[in-house]
Amino acid sequence: MGNTQQEKGSAQINSTSIITGENVAAGYPDNIVWRDANFSINRGEFVAVIGPNGAGKTTLFRLLLGLQKPVSGTIKIFDAAPKRGNPHFGYVPQRHVFDTETNVESLELVQLGLSGKQWGLGLLSHDDRKAALDALKDVGATDLAHRSLGVLSGGEMQRIFLAEALVSNPTVLLLDEPSSSLDMKGERELVHLIHGVVQSRNVTALLIAHNINPLLPYLDKVIYIANGKVATGKPREVLTSESLSALFGVQVEVLRDSMGNIAVVGIEDTHGCQPE
Amino acid sequence: MSFSINPWIDLQQVFQFQFMQHAFEAGTAIAIVAGIVGYFVVLRRSSFAAHALSHIGFSGAALAVLIGVSPVYGLLLFTTVGGTVIAALGSRAAERDVQIGIVLSFMLGLGVLFISLYTGYATEAYSILFGEILGINFSDVLLTAVAGVVVLFLVAGIYRPLLFSSLDEDVAEAKGVPVFLLGIIFMVLVAIATSISVQVVGVLLIFSLMVTPAATAMLLAKRPRQVIIISVALALIATWLGLFIAFWEPYPVSFFITTISFIFYLFARYITPRIRNLRSNYRKSMIKPDR
Repeated sequence: MGNTQQEKGSAQINSTSIITGENVAAGYPDNIVWRDANFSINRGEFVAVIGPNGAGKTTLFRLLLGLQKPVSGTIKIFDAAPKRGNPHFGYVPQRHVFDTETNVESLELVQLGLSGKQWGLGLLSHDDRKAALDALKDVGATDLAHRSLGVLSGGEMQRIFLAEALVSNPTVLLLDEPSSSLDMKGERELVHLIHGVVQSRNVTALLIAHNINPLLPYLDKVIYIANGKVATGKPREVLTSESLSALFGVQVEVLRDSMGNIAVVGIEDTHGCQPE
Repeated sequence: MSFSINPWIDLQQVFQFQFMQHAFEAGTAIAIVAGIVGYFVVLRRSSFAAHALSHIGFSGAALAVLIGVSPVYGLLLFTTVGGTVIAALGSRAAERDVQIGIVLSFMLGLGVLFISLYTGYATEAYSILFGEILGINFSDVLLTAVAGVVVLFLVAGIYRPLLFSSLDEDVAEAKGVPVFLLGIIFMVLVAIATSISVQVVGVLLIFSLMVTPAATAMLLAKRPRQVIIISVALALIATWLGLFIAFWEPYPVSFFITTISFIFYLFARYITPRIRNLRSNYRKSMIKPDR
């Protein structure tokens, strides 16, 4: 059992915590994905969720969004249980791009992020439209407003999805591998953009990432999920050979190169240096 | 009576017949409904499900004929049940292809049995398969109009959540949109639209009203409401023009409607983009006269 994680878990549950998890187990009773997780996210933090494929990173998001219930333990979001349709969250799921035949204006999707839940035709939705244009402006995608979703590139698409998530003014953004379809340059640009917009809108952000390195300059916290366990804390504290070895009970090494990039060696999937 | 150059006189000639009036009334209601529902069918890539529903409806229509009621009741019953089952089976249309295909062929086989048991005229089977709008009676027109109004109100009510869940199901679900329920309501809408459209073009040609106009409209515009309006307009023009031509020519209405729809599609697919390119090139050349 990870000591670091236990201490962190209890130490950081304080008044500024907006998301907390205590002894959470996720998955299904006969197939637990991870267990004994304690985590807390403070307002305004920029958090990376990393770990090998299939470790249960998306599961964490599904728990927070109320799309799935924990097997045991409690999760609190603003002192309430997770529920579907929580207005605190903006969500960008991991996904493919739209079919090229999908000839729908980007602005329309962003607008649905705000009012897609409301019944009726929404004929008098000028305010929605304005909010959608504002969100597009914040992600630097004003010029994409009238472009068709089907013809956008991976990076452009992510901006639209980001705007769609931001338009409802959430307090927390959940981004599931937003940069998975991008090259390294595109990834760095997107991370920079996300960090900027999160700061200017005073939003707490959780990002599932395959490669932690582009995120390192901005990170406040890391949630590391692997081998059925979860470690959380500041990147410097969590991402060390000692802490990860203790948590996972196997010899793990965290390597650093001269640029400050890191790679975790010893857990099924190597993080950082290994291109996907 | 013959075709004249004066369209006003032609129309007067067409409308002096009650069966033509009924055909235009029902055709108009159906074109509007098919044009609207068709947009979501195309957006959700559910055209195979719509196609299957019409085949499931075939057995319902055949059964209705066998027991001596109007085929549209059999269609409504079978497609609504079938649509609900299809929607409840799985969450994503793409995963349902095989199940849908299996059910549709079984239902078609059942329809063949009902038709063979029916001892009346074989034209009944023909009209279910290929449509027979000119034989429509007043009570069918009334039912079609009522069904049309129900569909319009339903679509207007669920427009935004349906659009949201059609475009971005995962986010819609996380936002609390009842995506599963909407999936079922959507398939019921498709079922009603299919049932009434069968009267015009028959189960085999349902695509020409439910899919072709919407797919054509999507090539021409990208704002959903505009696309829907264009889709309805195209379905209306195809239906009206088809009926009008068929009045003068000895060929089936459904042939004309499907052909007109198809020509629109070809035009939007291959001609319109070229015109657009020409226009934008022209504009560029105006901006940079030195080129």
